[in-house]
Amino acid sequence: MARAVVTVPARAKRGEIVEVKTLAQHPMETGFRRTQTGELIPRDIIRRFTCTYNGTEVYRVELHPAMSANPLIAFSTIATETGTLAFQWAGDNGYSVTETASISVE
Amino acid sequence: MTTRREFLLLATALAVPTAAKAQLDPNLAQKRKAAFQEALRRIVGDAPVRKGRVKLQLPPLIDNGNSVPLSVSVGSPMTDADHVRAIHVLTEKNPLPDVVSVHLGPRAGRASLATRVRLADTQSVTAIARMSDGSFWSDSSEVVVTLSACLEEGLI
Amino acid sequence: MSPRTALLFAASLTCAGAGAGDIPRAERRSGYDLMSRETRAIQDDDATNPGMLWVLDGEALWNRKSGAADRACAACHGDARTSMKGVAARYPAFDAALGRPVNLEQRINVCRTERQKAPPLAFESRELLALTAYVARQSRGLPIDIAIDARSKPFLDAGSEAFHHRQGQLNLACSQCHDDNWGKRLAGSVIPQAHPTGYPLYRLEWQELGSLGRRMRNCLIGIRAEPYAYGAPEFVDLELYLMWRANGMKMETPAVRP
Repeated sequence: MARAVVTVPARAKRGEIVEVKTLAQHPMETGFRRTQTGELIPRDIIRRFTCTYNGTEVYRVELHPAMSANPLIAFSTIATETGTLAFQWAGDNGYSVTETASISVE
Repeated sequence: MTTRREFLLLATALAVPTAAKAQLDPNLAQKRKAAFQEALRRIVGDAPVRKGRVKLQLPPLIDNGNSVPLSVSVGSPMTDADHVRAIHVLTEKNPLPDVVSVHLGPRAGRASLATRVRLADTQSVTAIARMSDGSFWSDSSEVVVTLSACLEEGLI
Repeated sequence: MSPRTALLFAASLTCAGAGAGDIPRAERRSGYDLMSRETRAIQDDDATNPGMLWVLDGEALWNRKSGAADRACAACHGDARTSMKGVAARYPAFDAALGRPVNLEQRINVCRTERQKAPPLAFESRELLALTAYVARQSRGLPIDIAIDARSKPFLDAGSEAFHHRQGQLNLACSQCHDDNWGKRLAGSVIPQAHPTGYPLYRLEWQELGSLGRRMRNCLIGIRAEPYAYGAPEFVDLELYLMWRANGMKMETPAVRP
Protein backbone atom coordinates (compact mmCIF):
# COMPACT_ATOMS: atom_id res chain seq x y z
CA MET A 1 0.00 0.00 0.00
CA ALA A 2 1.32 3.45 -0.91
CA ARG A 3 2.30 4.86 2.44
CA ALA A 4 4.17 7.82 1.10
CA VAL A 5 4.74 9.53 -2.22
CA VAL A 6 7.75 11.65 -3.05
CA THR A 7 8.26 13.88 -6.07
CA VAL A 8 11.83 14.74 -6.96
CA PRO A 9 13.10 15.78 -10.41
CA ALA A 10 14.95 12.89 -12.05
CA ARG A 11 17.64 15.19 -13.43
CA ALA A 12 19.22 18.48 -12.39
CA LYS A 13 22.24 20.67 -13.03
CA ARG A 14 24.92 20.81 -10.37
CA GLY A 15 24.16 23.59 -7.93
CA GLU A 16 20.56 23.92 -9.05
CA ILE A 17 17.95 24.27 -6.31
CA VAL A 18 15.35 21.54 -6.79
CA GLU A 19 11.86 21.30 -5.34
CA VAL A 20 10.96 18.23 -3.31
CA LYS A 21 7.36 17.37 -2.48
CA THR A 22 6.42 14.59 -0.09
CA LEU A 23 3.06 13.20 0.97
CA ALA A 24 2.58 10.62 3.71
CA GLN A 25 -0.64 8.71 4.28
CA HIS A 26 -1.44 9.11 7.97
CA PRO A 27 -4.55 10.22 9.89
CA MET A 28 -2.52 12.38 12.31
CA GLU A 29 -4.94 11.76 15.15
CA THR A 30 -4.59 14.82 17.35
CA GLY A 31 -5.50 13.32 20.68
CA PHE A 32 -8.16 16.00 21.18
CA ARG A 33 -11.04 14.32 19.40
CA ARG A 34 -13.70 12.40 21.25
CA THR A 35 -15.97 9.53 20.24
CA GLN A 36 -19.73 10.03 20.18
CA THR A 37 -19.87 8.75 23.77
CA GLY A 38 -17.16 11.08 25.04
CA GLU A 39 -14.04 8.95 25.15
CA LEU A 40 -10.83 10.64 24.10
CA ILE A 41 -9.25 9.15 20.98
CA PRO A 42 -5.53 8.72 21.76
CA ARG A 43 -2.93 10.79 19.95
CA ASP A 44 -1.31 9.02 17.00
CA ILE A 45 0.81 11.23 14.80
CA ILE A 46 3.95 11.31 12.72
CA ARG A 47 6.55 13.01 14.94
CA ARG A 48 9.53 13.41 12.68
CA PHE A 49 10.45 13.63 9.02
CA THR A 50 14.03 13.49 7.77
CA CYS A 51 15.54 13.84 4.34
CA THR A 52 19.09 12.70 3.67
CA TYR A 53 21.02 13.20 0.47
CA ASN A 54 23.59 10.46 -0.07
CA GLY A 55 23.55 9.94 3.66
CA THR A 56 23.82 13.57 4.77
CA GLU A 57 20.79 15.09 6.49
CA VAL A 58 19.59 18.10 4.54
CA TYR A 59 16.13 18.73 6.03
CA ARG A 60 14.43 17.67 9.23
CA VAL A 61 10.92 18.39 10.49
CA GLU A 62 9.28 17.96 13.88
CA LEU A 63 5.55 17.52 13.47
CA HIS A 64 2.92 18.32 16.09
CA PRO A 65 -0.82 17.47 16.16
CA ALA A 66 -1.56 20.73 14.34
CA MET A 67 -0.14 19.27 11.15
CA SER A 68 -2.96 18.12 8.86
CA ALA A 69 -3.75 14.50 8.12
CA ASN A 70 -1.81 12.99 5.21
CA PRO A 71 0.90 15.58 5.74
CA LEU A 72 2.49 17.39 2.85
CA ILE A 73 6.06 18.54 3.36
CA ALA A 74 7.49 20.48 0.43
CA PHE A 75 10.93 22.00 0.52
CA SER A 76 14.02 22.56 -1.58
CA THR A 77 17.52 21.19 -1.68
CA ILE A 78 20.63 21.89 -3.77
CA ALA A 79 21.39 19.25 -6.39
CA THR A 80 24.99 18.69 -5.30
CA GLU A 81 25.72 15.30 -6.86
CA THR A 82 24.12 12.25 -8.43
CA GLY A 83 22.69 9.92 -5.85
CA THR A 84 19.79 9.06 -3.62
CA LEU A 85 17.49 11.14 -1.53
CA ALA A 86 16.16 9.08 1.36
CA PHE A 87 13.05 10.11 3.25
CA GLN A 88 12.06 8.81 6.64
CA TRP A 89 8.86 9.36 8.60
CA ALA A 90 8.69 8.19 12.22
CA GLY A 91 5.88 8.49 14.69
CA ASP A 92 3.71 7.09 17.44
CA ASN A 93 2.97 3.39 17.80
CA GLY A 94 6.13 2.42 15.96
CA TYR A 95 5.17 4.12 12.74
CA SER A 96 8.14 4.10 10.40
CA VAL A 97 8.14 4.63 6.64
CA THR A 98 11.02 5.16 4.25
CA GLU A 99 11.05 6.17 0.62
CA THR A 100 13.89 6.90 -1.74
CA ALA A 101 14.29 8.80 -4.98
CA SER A 102 17.22 8.95 -7.35
CA ILE A 103 18.57 12.13 -8.81
CA SER A 104 21.00 12.43 -11.66
CA VAL A 105 23.15 15.55 -11.45
CA GLU A 106 25.28 16.71 -14.36
CA MET B 1 -24.41 5.19 14.30
CA THR B 2 -25.85 5.00 17.87
CA THR B 3 -29.62 4.92 18.09
CA ARG B 4 -31.39 7.59 20.07
CA ARG B 5 -32.30 5.06 22.78
CA GLU B 6 -28.70 3.87 23.16
CA PHE B 7 -27.46 7.41 23.34
CA LEU B 8 -29.97 8.44 26.01
CA LEU B 9 -29.02 5.45 28.16
CA LEU B 10 -25.33 6.18 27.82
CA ALA B 11 -25.84 9.88 28.37
CA THR B 12 -27.63 9.31 31.65
CA ALA B 13 -24.92 6.93 32.79
CA LEU B 14 -22.14 9.31 31.86
CA ALA B 15 -23.97 12.48 32.80
CA VAL B 16 -22.60 13.09 36.27
CA PRO B 17 -18.83 12.59 35.85
CA THR B 18 -18.52 13.93 32.29
CA ALA B 19 -20.76 16.93 32.83
CA ALA B 20 -18.17 18.46 35.10
CA LYS B 21 -15.32 17.76 32.65
CA ALA B 22 -17.36 18.96 29.68
CA GLN B 23 -17.57 22.46 31.13
CA LEU B 24 -15.46 24.78 29.05
CA ASP B 25 -12.61 26.36 30.93
CA PRO B 26 -13.53 30.04 31.32
CA ASN B 27 -9.84 30.94 31.21
CA LEU B 28 -9.17 28.99 28.02
CA ALA B 29 -8.13 31.96 25.89
CA GLN B 30 -5.79 33.20 28.57
CA LYS B 31 -4.25 29.78 29.09
CA ARG B 32 -3.62 29.30 25.40
CA LYS B 33 -2.06 32.73 25.09
CA ALA B 34 0.22 31.87 28.00
CA ALA B 35 1.13 28.57 26.35
CA PHE B 36 2.03 30.46 23.19
CA GLN B 37 4.31 32.79 25.16
CA GLU B 38 5.92 29.83 26.85
CA ALA B 39 6.51 28.04 23.54
CA LEU B 40 8.01 31.23 22.15
CA ARG B 41 10.30 31.51 25.16
CA ARG B 42 11.41 27.88 24.72
CA ILE B 43 12.48 28.70 21.18
CA VAL B 44 14.12 32.10 21.58
CA GLY B 45 14.98 32.24 25.26
CA ASP B 46 15.58 35.89 26.17
CA ALA B 47 16.73 36.93 22.69
CA PRO B 48 14.75 39.63 20.91
CA VAL B 49 12.58 38.64 17.95
CA ARG B 50 12.56 41.10 15.08
CA LYS B 51 9.85 41.42 12.46
CA GLY B 52 11.10 40.83 8.94
CA ARG B 53 13.01 38.52 6.59
CA VAL B 54 10.35 35.86 7.18
CA LYS B 55 7.38 35.59 4.85
CA LEU B 56 4.44 33.55 6.17
CA GLN B 57 1.64 32.91 3.70
CA LEU B 58 -1.80 31.61 4.59
CA PRO B 59 -5.12 32.12 2.82
CA PRO B 60 -6.95 34.92 4.66
CA LEU B 61 -10.29 33.06 4.54
CA ILE B 62 -9.90 29.32 4.51
CA ASP B 63 -12.11 26.58 3.13
CA ASN B 64 -11.65 24.23 6.04
CA GLY B 65 -9.70 24.48 9.29
CA ASN B 66 -8.60 20.85 9.00
CA SER B 67 -6.22 21.55 6.17
CA VAL B 68 -4.94 25.09 5.71
CA PRO B 69 -2.16 25.50 3.14
CA LEU B 70 0.77 27.26 4.79
CA SER B 71 4.06 28.38 3.33
CA VAL B 72 7.01 30.01 5.02
CA SER B 73 10.10 31.34 3.32
CA VAL B 74 13.01 33.23 4.82
CA GLY B 75 15.25 35.68 3.00
CA SER B 76 18.81 34.44 3.42
CA PRO B 77 21.86 33.76 1.20
CA MET B 78 21.97 30.26 2.73
CA THR B 79 25.76 30.18 2.72
CA ASP B 80 27.87 28.47 5.35
CA ALA B 81 28.50 31.84 6.94
CA ASP B 82 24.94 33.12 6.79
CA HIS B 83 21.96 30.80 6.72
CA VAL B 84 18.71 29.85 8.42
CA ARG B 85 19.08 27.10 11.01
CA ALA B 86 15.47 26.59 12.00
CA ILE B 87 11.93 27.68 11.22
CA HIS B 88 9.17 27.34 13.82
CA VAL B 89 5.44 27.90 13.41
CA LEU B 90 3.21 28.69 16.40
CA THR B 91 -0.45 29.48 16.95
CA GLU B 92 -2.24 31.34 19.71
CA LYS B 93 -5.57 29.56 19.85
CA ASN B 94 -4.93 25.93 19.00
CA PRO B 95 -4.97 23.47 21.92
CA LEU B 96 -1.17 23.29 21.58
CA PRO B 97 0.93 26.26 20.45
CA ASP B 98 3.53 24.34 18.41
CA VAL B 99 2.65 23.46 14.83
CA VAL B 100 5.88 22.46 13.14
CA SER B 101 9.63 22.98 13.41
CA VAL B 102 12.08 22.70 10.57
CA HIS B 103 15.83 22.17 10.97
CA LEU B 104 17.90 22.95 7.92
CA GLY B 105 21.12 24.46 6.65
CA PRO B 106 22.92 25.74 3.54
CA ARG B 107 22.16 22.45 1.68
CA ALA B 108 18.51 23.51 1.45
CA GLY B 109 19.31 26.23 -1.06
CA ARG B 110 16.21 28.12 -0.01
CA ALA B 111 14.88 28.35 3.52
CA SER B 112 11.28 27.37 3.02
CA LEU B 113 8.49 25.00 3.93
CA ALA B 114 5.11 24.39 2.32
CA THR B 115 2.64 22.26 4.20
CA ARG B 116 -0.96 22.07 5.44
CA VAL B 117 -1.93 22.76 9.04
CA ARG B 118 -4.93 22.55 11.32
CA LEU B 119 -6.29 25.76 12.76
CA ALA B 120 -8.89 25.50 15.47
CA ASP B 121 -10.20 29.02 15.32
CA THR B 122 -9.85 32.41 13.70
CA GLN B 123 -6.44 33.51 14.94
CA SER B 124 -2.96 34.72 14.32
CA VAL B 125 -0.22 32.33 13.18
CA THR B 126 3.45 33.17 13.77
CA ALA B 127 6.59 31.92 12.03
CA ILE B 128 9.98 32.36 13.67
CA ALA B 129 13.34 31.86 11.98
CA ARG B 130 16.57 31.25 13.83
CA MET B 131 19.62 32.43 11.91
CA SER B 132 23.13 31.02 12.01
CA ASP B 133 24.24 34.16 13.85
CA GLY B 134 21.78 33.39 16.64
CA SER B 135 19.29 36.12 15.75
CA PHE B 136 15.53 35.55 15.53
CA TRP B 137 13.14 36.98 12.96
CA SER B 138 9.39 36.55 12.61
CA ASP B 139 6.22 37.14 10.64
CA SER B 140 2.56 36.77 11.60
CA SER B 141 -0.57 36.19 9.60
CA GLU B 142 -4.26 36.49 10.50
CA VAL B 143 -6.61 33.74 9.34
CA VAL B 144 -10.39 33.51 9.51
CA VAL B 145 -11.63 29.99 10.20
CA THR B 146 -15.26 28.94 9.84
CA LEU B 147 -17.02 25.66 10.55
CA SER B 148 -18.36 23.39 7.86
CA ALA B 149 -22.08 23.68 7.27
CA CYS B 150 -23.12 20.04 6.98
CA LEU B 151 -21.09 18.04 9.46
CA GLU B 152 -21.02 14.29 9.27
CA GLU B 153 -21.84 13.36 12.83
CA GLY B 154 -25.55 13.21 13.50
CA LEU B 155 -26.32 15.75 16.18
CA ILE B 156 -28.80 14.24 18.60
CA MET C 1 -25.14 24.89 11.96
CA SER C 2 -27.30 25.28 15.05
CA PRO C 3 -30.86 23.96 14.79
CA ARG C 4 -32.11 27.52 15.28
CA THR C 5 -30.14 28.90 12.36
CA ALA C 6 -31.21 25.97 10.24
CA LEU C 7 -34.89 26.51 11.01
CA LEU C 8 -34.65 30.20 10.20
CA PHE C 9 -32.91 29.35 6.96
CA ALA C 10 -35.51 26.73 6.05
CA ALA C 11 -38.29 29.20 6.86
CA SER C 12 -36.73 31.85 4.66
CA LEU C 13 -36.60 29.41 1.76
CA THR C 14 -40.27 28.44 2.12
CA CYS C 15 -41.29 32.10 2.20
CA ALA C 16 -39.18 32.96 -0.83
CA GLY C 17 -40.88 30.15 -2.75
CA ALA C 18 -38.80 27.34 -4.13
CA GLY C 19 -38.61 26.16 -7.73
CA ALA C 20 -36.33 28.61 -9.50
CA GLY C 21 -35.72 25.58 -11.74
CA ASP C 22 -32.76 23.62 -13.02
CA ILE C 23 -29.45 25.36 -13.56
CA PRO C 24 -29.07 26.43 -17.19
CA ARG C 25 -26.38 24.34 -18.88
CA ALA C 26 -24.12 27.32 -19.50
CA GLU C 27 -24.21 28.33 -15.84
CA ARG C 28 -23.08 25.00 -14.50
CA ARG C 29 -20.01 25.23 -12.30
CA SER C 30 -17.99 22.53 -10.66
CA GLY C 31 -17.40 22.82 -6.93
CA TYR C 32 -13.81 23.38 -8.00
CA ASP C 33 -14.65 26.89 -9.15
CA LEU C 34 -16.09 27.79 -5.77
CA MET C 35 -13.02 26.80 -3.76
CA SER C 36 -10.16 29.04 -2.76
CA ARG C 37 -7.14 29.34 -5.02
CA GLU C 38 -5.06 27.43 -2.47
CA THR C 39 -7.40 24.43 -2.30
CA ARG C 40 -7.59 24.32 -6.08
CA ALA C 41 -3.79 24.18 -6.15
CA ILE C 42 -3.87 21.11 -3.91
CA GLN C 43 -6.14 19.31 -6.39
CA ASP C 44 -4.18 20.37 -9.46
CA ASP C 45 -0.82 18.98 -8.39
CA ASP C 46 -0.60 15.17 -8.21
CA ALA C 47 2.39 15.60 -5.93
CA THR C 48 0.31 17.41 -3.30
CA ASN C 49 -3.14 15.89 -3.86
CA PRO C 50 -3.71 13.49 -0.93
CA GLY C 51 -6.26 11.61 -3.07
CA MET C 52 -3.34 10.30 -5.10
CA LEU C 53 -2.29 8.17 -2.13
CA TRP C 54 -5.51 6.19 -2.60
CA VAL C 55 -5.13 6.13 -6.38
CA LEU C 56 -1.72 4.51 -5.96
CA ASP C 57 -3.19 1.98 -3.55
CA GLY C 58 -5.82 1.28 -6.18
CA GLU C 59 -3.16 0.67 -8.79
CA ALA C 60 -1.56 -1.92 -6.52
CA LEU C 61 -4.92 -3.60 -5.94
CA TRP C 62 -5.65 -3.60 -9.67
CA ASN C 63 -2.57 -5.73 -10.19
CA ARG C 64 -3.04 -8.01 -7.21
CA LYS C 65 -4.49 -11.50 -7.71
CA SER C 66 -7.63 -12.05 -5.71
CA GLY C 67 -10.33 -14.58 -4.93
CA ALA C 68 -10.80 -18.27 -5.70
CA ALA C 69 -10.19 -17.55 -9.37
CA ASP C 70 -6.81 -16.11 -8.37
CA ARG C 71 -6.97 -13.32 -10.91
CA ALA C 72 -6.15 -9.65 -10.79
CA CYS C 73 -8.30 -7.00 -12.45
CA ALA C 74 -5.39 -6.66 -14.85
CA ALA C 75 -5.83 -10.26 -16.00
CA CYS C 76 -9.03 -9.34 -17.86
CA HIS C 77 -8.70 -5.60 -18.20
CA GLY C 78 -5.01 -5.19 -18.84
CA ASP C 79 -3.64 -1.70 -18.42
CA ALA C 80 -6.31 0.43 -16.75
CA ARG C 81 -4.94 3.51 -18.44
CA THR C 82 -6.39 2.23 -21.71
CA SER C 83 -9.16 -0.15 -20.69
CA MET C 84 -10.74 2.06 -18.05
CA LYS C 85 -10.45 5.30 -19.97
CA GLY C 86 -13.91 6.89 -20.08
CA VAL C 87 -15.55 4.19 -17.99
CA ALA C 88 -16.21 6.16 -14.82
CA ALA C 89 -17.65 8.99 -16.92
CA ARG C 90 -20.45 6.65 -17.97
CA TYR C 91 -21.42 5.41 -14.52
CA PRO C 92 -23.97 4.75 -13.03
CA ALA C 93 -24.78 2.46 -15.95
CA PHE C 94 -27.63 0.03 -16.56
CA ASP C 95 -26.84 -3.55 -15.59
CA ALA C 96 -29.00 -5.88 -17.68
CA ALA C 97 -28.59 -8.83 -15.31
CA LEU C 98 -29.73 -6.82 -12.28
CA GLY C 99 -32.34 -4.91 -14.26
CA ARG C 100 -31.31 -1.57 -12.83
CA PRO C 101 -28.44 0.95 -12.92
CA VAL C 102 -25.41 0.27 -10.77
CA ASN C 103 -22.67 2.67 -9.71
CA LEU C 104 -18.97 2.12 -10.18
CA GLU C 105 -18.45 0.65 -6.70
CA GLN C 106 -21.21 -1.88 -7.33
CA ARG C 107 -19.78 -2.69 -10.76
CA ILE C 108 -16.38 -3.38 -9.22
CA ASN C 109 -18.00 -5.70 -6.70
CA VAL C 110 -19.88 -7.53 -9.47
CA CYS C 111 -16.50 -8.23 -11.09
CA ARG C 112 -15.05 -9.33 -7.78
CA THR C 113 -17.82 -11.77 -6.95
CA GLU C 114 -18.53 -13.12 -10.43
CA ARG C 115 -15.14 -13.02 -12.14
CA GLN C 116 -12.60 -13.13 -9.34
CA LYS C 117 -14.81 -15.29 -7.11
CA ALA C 118 -13.83 -13.05 -4.25
CA PRO C 119 -16.00 -11.56 -1.51
CA PRO C 120 -17.34 -8.10 -2.33
CA LEU C 121 -15.46 -5.16 -0.85
CA ALA C 122 -17.36 -3.28 1.84
CA PHE C 123 -18.70 0.14 0.87
CA GLU C 124 -16.39 2.90 2.03
CA SER C 125 -13.59 0.44 2.78
CA ARG C 126 -10.03 1.51 1.97
CA GLU C 127 -9.79 -1.09 -0.78
CA LEU C 128 -13.02 -0.23 -2.55
CA LEU C 129 -12.30 3.50 -2.37
CA ALA C 130 -8.80 2.96 -3.69
CA LEU C 131 -9.95 0.79 -6.61
CA THR C 132 -12.81 3.14 -7.48
CA ALA C 133 -10.46 6.12 -7.31
CA TYR C 134 -7.92 4.36 -9.53
CA VAL C 135 -10.54 3.47 -12.14
CA ALA C 136 -12.18 6.90 -12.04
CA ARG C 137 -8.79 8.60 -12.28
CA GLN C 138 -8.52 7.14 -15.80
CA SER C 139 -11.46 9.34 -16.82
CA ARG C 140 -9.95 12.54 -15.48
CA GLY C 141 -10.45 15.39 -17.93
CA LEU C 142 -13.10 13.52 -19.90
CA PRO C 143 -16.68 14.77 -20.10
CA ILE C 144 -19.35 12.99 -18.09
CA ASP C 145 -21.39 10.95 -20.53
CA ILE C 146 -24.50 9.36 -19.05
CA ALA C 147 -26.71 7.84 -21.73
CA ILE C 148 -30.35 7.33 -20.80
CA ASP C 149 -32.62 4.91 -22.63
CA ALA C 150 -36.08 3.43 -22.05
CA ARG C 151 -34.67 1.02 -19.45
CA SER C 152 -32.85 3.56 -17.33
CA LYS C 153 -35.35 6.43 -17.69
CA PRO C 154 -37.57 5.31 -14.78
CA PHE C 155 -34.54 5.30 -12.49
CA LEU C 156 -33.46 8.72 -13.67
CA ASP C 157 -36.95 9.98 -12.91
CA ALA C 158 -36.80 8.43 -9.45
CA GLY C 159 -33.49 10.17 -8.82
CA SER C 160 -34.87 13.46 -10.06
CA GLU C 161 -37.88 13.06 -7.82
CA ALA C 162 -35.61 12.43 -4.83
CA PHE C 163 -33.60 15.53 -5.68
CA HIS C 164 -36.68 17.73 -5.84
CA HIS C 165 -38.82 16.49 -2.99
CA ARG C 166 -38.63 17.91 0.53
CA GLN C 167 -37.43 15.60 3.27
CA GLY C 168 -36.03 15.46 6.76
CA GLN C 169 -36.83 17.45 9.86
CA LEU C 170 -35.72 20.58 8.09
CA ASN C 171 -38.09 19.74 5.25
CA LEU C 172 -35.59 20.71 2.58
CA ALA C 173 -35.18 19.45 -0.96
CA CYS C 174 -31.71 19.12 -2.48
CA SER C 175 -32.80 21.48 -5.27
CA GLN C 176 -33.52 24.27 -2.80
CA CYS C 177 -29.84 24.59 -1.94
CA HIS C 178 -28.13 23.25 -5.02
CA ASP C 179 -30.37 24.62 -7.81
CA ASP C 180 -31.85 27.72 -6.20
CA ASN C 181 -29.16 28.96 -3.81
CA TRP C 182 -25.82 27.75 -5.13
CA GLY C 183 -23.04 30.26 -4.73
CA LYS C 184 -24.56 31.70 -1.57
CA ARG C 185 -23.14 30.93 1.85
CA LEU C 186 -24.47 28.46 4.38
CA ALA C 187 -22.78 28.94 7.74
CA GLY C 188 -19.50 30.08 6.22
CA SER C 189 -19.36 27.48 3.44
CA VAL C 190 -20.24 28.26 -0.15
CA ILE C 191 -23.15 26.14 -1.44
CA PRO C 192 -22.01 24.22 -4.53
CA GLN C 193 -24.24 23.09 -7.40
CA ALA C 194 -23.62 19.48 -6.33
CA HIS C 195 -22.12 18.01 -9.47
CA PRO C 196 -20.31 14.77 -8.63
CA THR C 197 -17.46 15.45 -11.02
CA GLY C 198 -14.60 14.33 -8.79
CA TYR C 199 -15.68 11.30 -6.79
CA PRO C 200 -14.25 9.55 -4.88
CA LEU C 201 -12.72 12.70 -3.52
CA TYR C 202 -10.51 13.91 -0.67
CA ARG C 203 -12.70 16.03 1.52
CA LEU C 204 -10.78 18.32 3.87
CA GLU C 205 -13.61 17.91 6.37
CA TRP C 206 -13.11 14.11 6.40
CA GLN C 207 -9.34 14.25 6.05
CA GLU C 208 -9.59 11.21 3.85
CA LEU C 209 -10.97 9.99 0.57
CA GLY C 210 -14.70 9.28 0.48
CA SER C 211 -17.44 8.34 -1.94
CA LEU C 212 -20.43 10.23 -3.25
CA GLY C 213 -22.52 7.99 -1.01
CA ARG C 214 -20.70 9.28 2.02
CA ARG C 215 -21.16 12.87 0.94
CA MET C 216 -24.86 12.39 0.34
CA ARG C 217 -25.23 10.77 3.74
CA ASN C 218 -23.66 13.92 5.20
CA CYS C 219 -26.25 16.00 3.31
CA LEU C 220 -29.14 13.89 4.54
CA ILE C 221 -27.88 14.08 8.12
CA GLY C 222 -27.48 17.82 7.59
CA ILE C 223 -31.17 18.22 6.81
CA ARG C 224 -32.01 15.79 9.61
CA ALA C 225 -33.26 13.07 7.31
CA GLU C 226 -32.56 9.37 7.79
CA PRO C 227 -29.56 8.63 5.53
CA TYR C 228 -29.97 5.72 3.12
CA ALA C 229 -27.56 2.80 3.44
CA TYR C 230 -24.57 2.73 1.11
CA GLY C 231 -25.50 1.17 -2.20
CA ALA C 232 -29.22 1.59 -1.55
CA PRO C 233 -31.27 1.88 -4.75
CA GLU C 234 -32.36 5.38 -3.69
CA PHE C 235 -28.73 6.42 -3.64
CA VAL C 236 -27.88 4.93 -7.01
CA ASP C 237 -30.95 6.56 -8.57
CA LEU C 238 -29.86 9.90 -7.11
CA GLU C 239 -26.32 9.35 -8.30
CA LEU C 240 -27.63 8.58 -11.79
CA TYR C 241 -29.64 11.79 -11.78
CA LEU C 242 -26.73 13.88 -10.47
CA MET C 243 -24.29 12.51 -13.02
CA TRP C 244 -26.83 12.99 -15.84
CA ARG C 245 -27.41 16.55 -14.62
CA ALA C 246 -23.64 17.04 -14.88
CA ASN C 247 -23.39 15.56 -18.41
CA GLY C 248 -20.63 17.26 -20.37
CA MET C 249 -18.75 18.48 -17.31
CA LYS C 250 -15.20 17.21 -16.91
CA MET C 251 -14.30 14.42 -14.52
CA GLU C 252 -11.86 15.53 -11.81
CA THR C 253 -11.21 12.38 -9.79
CA PRO C 254 -9.55 12.47 -7.32
CA ALA C 255 -10.92 15.91 -6.52
CA VAL C 256 -10.23 17.87 -3.34
CA ARG C 257 -13.10 19.68 -1.64
CA PRO C 258 -13.44 21.65 1.63
